[in-house]
Amino acid sequence: MQQGGIASPSADPSRAARAGEVRHVRRGVEIGRRGVLRGVAALALSGSASLLPAWARSGTPGLAAGALSGERIQLSIGHAAIDVDGRKGHGIAINGTIPGPLIRLKEGQTARIAVTNRLDEDTSIHWHGLIVPFQMDGVPGLSFPGIRPGETFVYEFPVRHAGTFWYHSHSGLQELLGHYAPIVLDPAGAEPAPYDREHVIVLSDYSFMHPHKLMLRLKQQPGYFNRRKQTVAGLLAGEDQPLAERTAWAKMRMDPTDILDVTGSTYSYLVNGHGPQANWTGLFAPGERVRLRIVNAAAMTIFNVRIPGLPMQVVQADGCDVRPVETDELQIANAETYDVIVRPTADQAYTLVAEAADRSGLARATLAPRLGMSAPVPPLRRRPLLTMKDMGMDHSAHGGGAMDHGAMAMSGDGAPQVMRGPGVQMISAMPADRTGDRGTGLEDVGHRVLVYTDLVALAPNPDGRPPSRELEIHLTGNMERFMWAFDGETFSEVTKPIPFRRDERVRVTLVNDTMMNHPIHLHGHFVELVNGHAGRHPRKHTVNVMPGGKLAFDLTADAPGDWAFHCHMLLHMHAGMFKVVAVRPLDGPAA
Amino acid sequence: MRRLVLAAALALPAPALAQEDPHAGHHGHEAAAEAPPDPHAGHNAAPTPADAHAGHVMAAPPAAPPPVPTDHAADTVFPPQRMAAARAQLAREHGDHPWGKAMLETAEVRPAKGADGYAWEARASYGGDIHRLELRSEGEGGRDLHRAEVQALYSRAVSPYFNLQAGVRQDFEPRPRRTYAVLGIDGVAPYWFELGGSVFLSDKGEASARLEAAYDLRLTQRLILEPRAELNASAQDVRELGLGSGLTTGEIGLRLRYAIRPEFAPYVGVHHERRFGRTARLARVAGEDARETTLVVGLRAWF
Repeated sequence: MQQGGIASPSADPSRAARAGEVRHVRRGVEIGRRGVLRGVAALALSGSASLLPAWARSGTPGLAAGALSGERIQLSIGHAAIDVDGRKGHGIAINGTIPGPLIRLKEGQTARIAVTNRLDEDTSIHWHGLIVPFQMDGVPGLSFPGIRPGETFVYEFPVRHAGTFWYHSHSGLQELLGHYAPIVLDPAGAEPAPYDREHVIVLSDYSFMHPHKLMLRLKQQPGYFNRRKQTVAGLLAGEDQPLAERTAWAKMRMDPTDILDVTGSTYSYLVNGHGPQANWTGLFAPGERVRLRIVNAAAMTIFNVRIPGLPMQVVQADGCDVRPVETDELQIANAETYDVIVRPTADQAYTLVAEAADRSGLARATLAPRLGMSAPVPPLRRRPLLTMKDMGMDHSAHGGGAMDHGAMAMSGDGAPQVMRGPGVQMISAMPADRTGDRGTGLEDVGHRVLVYTDLVALAPNPDGRPPSRELEIHLTGNMERFMWAFDGETFSEVTKPIPFRRDERVRVTLVNDTMMNHPIHLHGHFVELVNGHAGRHPRKHTVNVMPGGKLAFDLTADAPGDWAFHCHMLLHMHAGMFKVVAVRPLDGPAA
Repeated sequence: MRRLVLAAALALPAPALAQEDPHAGHHGHEAAAEAPPDPHAGHNAAPTPADAHAGHVMAAPPAAPPPVPTDHAADTVFPPQRMAAARAQLAREHGDHPWGKAMLETAEVRPAKGADGYAWEARASYGGDIHRLELRSEGEGGRDLHRAEVQALYSRAVSPYFNLQAGVRQDFEPRPRRTYAVLGIDGVAPYWFELGGSVFLSDKGEASARLEAAYDLRLTQRLILEPRAELNASAQDVRELGLGSGLTTGEIGLRLRYAIRPEFAPYVGVHHERRFGRTARLARVAGEDARETTLVVGLRAWF
C-alpha cells in the first residue's frame, strides 16, 4: 500500500493506544489522490444500489454468505441511486449499495479497513458501538481529520468483543442519504445464544427531500412534517384530547402530537433498503431458531417492532448479551440494536412490522419458508398522544395538573447548570426514572412490550466499583424553534469537553427536559444502564431517554481520548445536541 | 425530606452512590460540583480494581470532576493543522447553521366597485437561532398605491417564545414619505396566539405604535381558519398623513385557508378596517369612508 503526499501522522502511535494493544494498533494511513488502489476504484463504480449485498436481497437465505470478512477490507463511498418502491432518489452508498456491505469479523482478530472517498466532499466511517482506539473512531474534527475526496484512510483496530453493530458516516448529514451498514462480530468462544439461521434487519428512513431541506423546514416551521395535529374536526368527532385538556396544553404552548420531528409524510421506512411494497423477505425452515439482528439505522425514527404470531426472545442489546427475555413488541430507538431469536414452527409467512413510533408509517418485511409468500400487514395503529408524564410531570408522583407544571417549570431551580435562554423551553419539574416505562405509544397495547428494566446483562458487569462521583446532564430543547442541546448550550457555542479521569467510575444521570425521545450515544465505551439489576446492568452504547424522564448509567472511563457524545436523532445532533467527552491522561498509568 | 436525603448523601456518600435508587445521588453531585477541583481527589475516592471489597467499604467523599483538558487527543496522531480545520467544521456542523425564510403572510385581492383593492404583508429573515436579520413589508392599494412600507430589523431571540427587534422603517406611501426608527417584539403567547408589537419614531419626531395578533384555528389538517387583527395608534396629530392622536386605524380579518402544502395555502376571507376618533373625522373631511369591509381572496406562502 503506498503512502501518498498527505502529511503522515506525527506522534508515536503508542501514545494514543492503550497498553497491551500497542502491538495491534497502528495509526491510520492516508493515501494521496494519486495513490488510490485500483481494486477499490473498480468497486466504487458500481453506481447503483439496485444490486444489494446478498444478505439484504429479498429472498435471502440469511447471512451464510456475502459478508466482507478477513484481515483486509476495502470500502468505497460514492453517490448512488436508491430505489424506494420503484421511485428513484439520490443516495450516498458504501460500495455502491444502500445499505452497504455487511462486515463480519471475529473477536480477537485485527481489522484493517481501507475506506476510499469517491464523493466530492469529505466523508468518514464511525464504527458505531465498537470499542476502538480514539483515532479509529471516525468522527471528523475529533478522532481524525476526515477523509478528503479521492483519499483513502485505513482504519485499523483490534476486535475486542462480539455482537451486532453497525457503521455509518459521521460527516454532515450523509447518513440520512444511505451511508450505513451492519457489522456482526462473532464471539471467540461459544455463542451464548445459538441459532440455526440468522438475518440482519437494518431499519432506516429515507426522504426524497434533501437532508439539508429537512433541517431547513424544521427550522422554518418545526411542526412542518406533522400532518396529524389535533383539529376541531377531531374534537367534534370525540377524538384525541377533550377541550379542557387541549386548552391546558395550548396554554403551555405544547403539542401532544409532536412525537417524531420528521414523519411518514416525507419518510419511507425501509428494511434492508426495501420499501414496504418491495417487501424484503428472509427465508427460514420451520422449526429453526432464527436470529434476527435488528439495527435501527434511521436518522429520525424510533421504531416499534413486532412479528404478529411470533414471540421474540431478546438475547442481545447494543451488541451485548442479555439474559434471554421473551416479548411481543420492542421499541428500538435510533442507533440501538437488538438481537432476537424467533422460532417459527409453521410453514407459513410472518410479517415483521416496524411502525414509526408516531404511527405515521411503517417498515415491513416478511419471514417465510419460500419467496413469494406473505402474511397480512396489520394496519397502522392509532396515533399516540403525549401526556403530562412526557412533560416531566408525573401524575402518579405529584397531584398537580398542567397549571402547576407551568409554574414549576418556570422556576426551574432544580437545574443550575442549564444555561437558560431561547433554546430551553422547559426544565422537567419532576423527571421520573422511566426505564421501566413502555416506549411512547406502547402504554396500552395488549401484549408484552420490552422495557429497559427487562434487560439483564448475561455476564456480570466487569467493573464492580461504586461510582466515585456523579454527573447530571440535561437534554434541553425548544420545539418551537427546533433548538436542541445539552445543558442549554449547543456544541457550536461551547466546544469545551466533559472531562473524565482515566479509569474513574462515574454515574451519569441524563435528565430529559423536552417532550421528545433522545437516544444518547457515547462513543468508545459501553455504559451500564442503571435499571435495578445491580452487577448485571445491561451494557449499551446508546440509551434512549424518554420525554420528561431521566435515566442513569455508570461509566468506567477506560478509553483515553476524545469521544463524541450526542443525540442520535441526527437532526437534533446537527442542531447542536452534541458534546465531546475527554478521558485523560492519554498515556501513562491510570489516574 | 430533601434535606434529609442531602444530609445522608453527604455523610455516607459511598452507599448512597452505590445503591440502585437513581434519585439518591443528585445531591451528592451538587455537593461535588461545589467542591474545588482537586486533581488528586480521584486517587482517594476510587478504590483500585484489585480491592475485592470495594463495593462494601465506605469510600471517600464524592470526587470532584477533573479539570477540563485543553489539548486535543487527535493532535497527537494527525497533523494538528488539519485537525484544527476539521474541528472548526465539526463545531459549525453541530449547532451553527444560518437559515432563511421568506413568507407572504397575506397577499390578496379585495374586490371592490371600480378598481379592486390589493394588499400584502410579507417578511423574510436570515440568520441563526438567536440573531437574525429581518425584512418586513406591508401595504395596500387600489387604483393607486395607498400605503407601502419596508422595515429592516435586527431580531434577537430573548426567550423561548419571543424576539426583540430594532431597526428602521421606510414608508413609500402615503406622502410625504417618512422614515422611522423601530423597536419591536414578536412571538408566540400562551394558547398559541401570535403576537407582535412595534413602536415607531419618525424622522419628524412623531411617535406611533402598532399591535398585531393572529391565531391558527386548525379545522382539519389542511383547512385553517385564521383571525388576524391589527391596531395602530399615534401619540400626536400628523395632519399631513391624515392621522389624529390616539387610536388611528384598526383591521380585523378572518381568513380560511387550504394548505395544499404547509407552505402554500390559498385563502378566502373577509377584512374589515376602520379609522378611529380624529383620524376618522379627518378621513370623512377628505371624503373617504371611515370604515370598509371587503371580501379577500389571496395566498399565504413561504419558502
